Amino acid sequence: METVTNQPTKYLISKSIDGFFINVYNVFKFIAQFFKEAFTPPYEFQETIKQCYNVGYKSLPLITLTAFITGIVFTKHSRPALADFGATSWLPSLIGIAIMKALAPLITGLICAGKVGSQMGAELGSMRVTEQIDAMEVSAVNPFKFLVVTRVLASTMMTPVLVMYSGFVGLLGSFLNVHANEQTSLITFVHGAFVKISFPEIFSSLVRAVIFGFTIGIVGCYKGYTTTQGTEGVGRAANASVVIIMFLLFIEEIFIVQLMNWIQPGM
Amino acid sequence: MRKHVNHSDGKEEVISISKLYKSFGENHVLQGIDLELFKGENLVVLGRSGTGKSVLIKIIVGLLKPDSGVVKVFDKEVDKLDKKELMELRLKIGFLFQHSALYDSMTIRENLEFPLVRNKRNISRKEIDESVKDVLEAVGLSDTINQLPSELSGGQQKRIGLARTLIMKPEIIFYDEPTTGLDPLTSGEINDLINEVQDKYKTSSIIITHDLTCAKDTGDRIFMMMNGKFIRHGDFKEVFDTSDERIRGFFDYNFIQ
Repeated sequence: METVTNQPTKYLISKSIDGFFINVYNVFKFIAQFFKEAFTPPYEFQETIKQCYNVGYKSLPLITLTAFITGIVFTKHSRPALADFGATSWLPSLIGIAIMKALAPLITGLICAGKVGSQMGAELGSMRVTEQIDAMEVSAVNPFKFLVVTRVLASTMMTPVLVMYSGFVGLLGSFLNVHANEQTSLITFVHGAFVKISFPEIFSSLVRAVIFGFTIGIVGCYKGYTTTQGTEGVGRAANASVVIIMFLLFIEEIFIVQLMNWIQPGM
Repeated sequence: MRKHVNHSDGKEEVISISKLYKSFGENHVLQGIDLELFKGENLVVLGRSGTGKSVLIKIIVGLLKPDSGVVKVFDKEVDKLDKKELMELRLKIGFLFQHSALYDSMTIRENLEFPLVRNKRNISRKEIDESVKDVLEAVGLSDTINQLPSELSGGQQKRIGLARTLIMKPEIIFYDEPTTGLDPLTSGEINDLINEVQDKYKTSSIIITHDLTCAKDTGDRIFMMMNGKFIRHGDFKEVFDTSDERIRGFFDYNFIQ
């Protein structure tokens, strides 16, 4: 029996609007395929660990530097405002809340968007245009499982780890500045930093980190995996990955903070 | 010139295509293709760039969907297979890509092992090493095992691409422009290698090319393609013994009279 799967040549609304909705549909299809492949054997454990190393360990220098500087700078900027009220002793609490609840997830997410998201977009895009993904497919290997599932899992698992790490590095930077100016001891600083943070708040940061990590992985992989039009397309995929991820992270940030406040007011 | 063998007499049909159409928007790439590949033959699809040759073999292996028509491989309709069945079918198929498509972040050993360890999960280390050694010897590049693809020449990359295909012991091999971008001597070596592989592994092959020397050296039957249709087929002599201007022009341009 013959099959007929003719491509549409007419558009429902216009080429760009139709294209937008087709793109949204394809993204959801891509996400659905991720969940299907992620829970179906065989599992690519070795490749997932390799990607965890790429996403996590290789991001450490950049995360360390950024978080450390953020801790110092934020402390320096906050001191004068608190000094006006004679409340510099509240610095550790302020910094603790700001870094652990807000800055660490967002800064780590944005850094990973730039480093990990663009890398995934460019790497998979390059594999697509040089037919390496087709080569996997025709040799009866599932490229989605090997390339996409492993990367998305790695970024989803490693981003919370990086968020916690960047939080502690940020607090370290802040402590050094507070210690140099107010001669606060480490124990006092740690107590001050965490006294106002509850476990649900830490949990909220981790939930955000998991969602950010998933977003980074899925967008980077989607843009790379669906790259067309040669090397120019690879550049576009890398660039679009970063822009879309950053946009989505801010949107998610607003929604998650609202949701958490709704679940537990005052969080 | 490869000795012509008439494979259509009582030979088993491994691929059959009828009334195949494929368009990309307004670009009608394939316009009613009919083709049979018989067991053990090398079939060449010859034509200028952009005539739809690569699209044809990508449809056969299920990388692209046809608009209409029937493509059967080992009597199974490719378009009707589910994902698992398609994977099983692909285990019997090898594909040498135009630019080799070697995994550039992996060494040659890892490239060769990649399809093997993922399709034969219980294979031992010893068997893997033996298979890698065998295929590297078959393509004459045993000393490149620990190199990266970027360290190899274009001809060597094609050979490794073929080795990666051979490691799965395919019954059908597709060659997409195997001599493109290679100098005449290296092209000749690749043509010899295609014939050696066919003799040694008893494969059936479809060779996509615009290189007349490649067609002449490797093809049992040649299908001349133009504007998405086959305009003539037969052995090399039959195809080019014509006054058809379109074919004569293609022949004269290649300077191999």
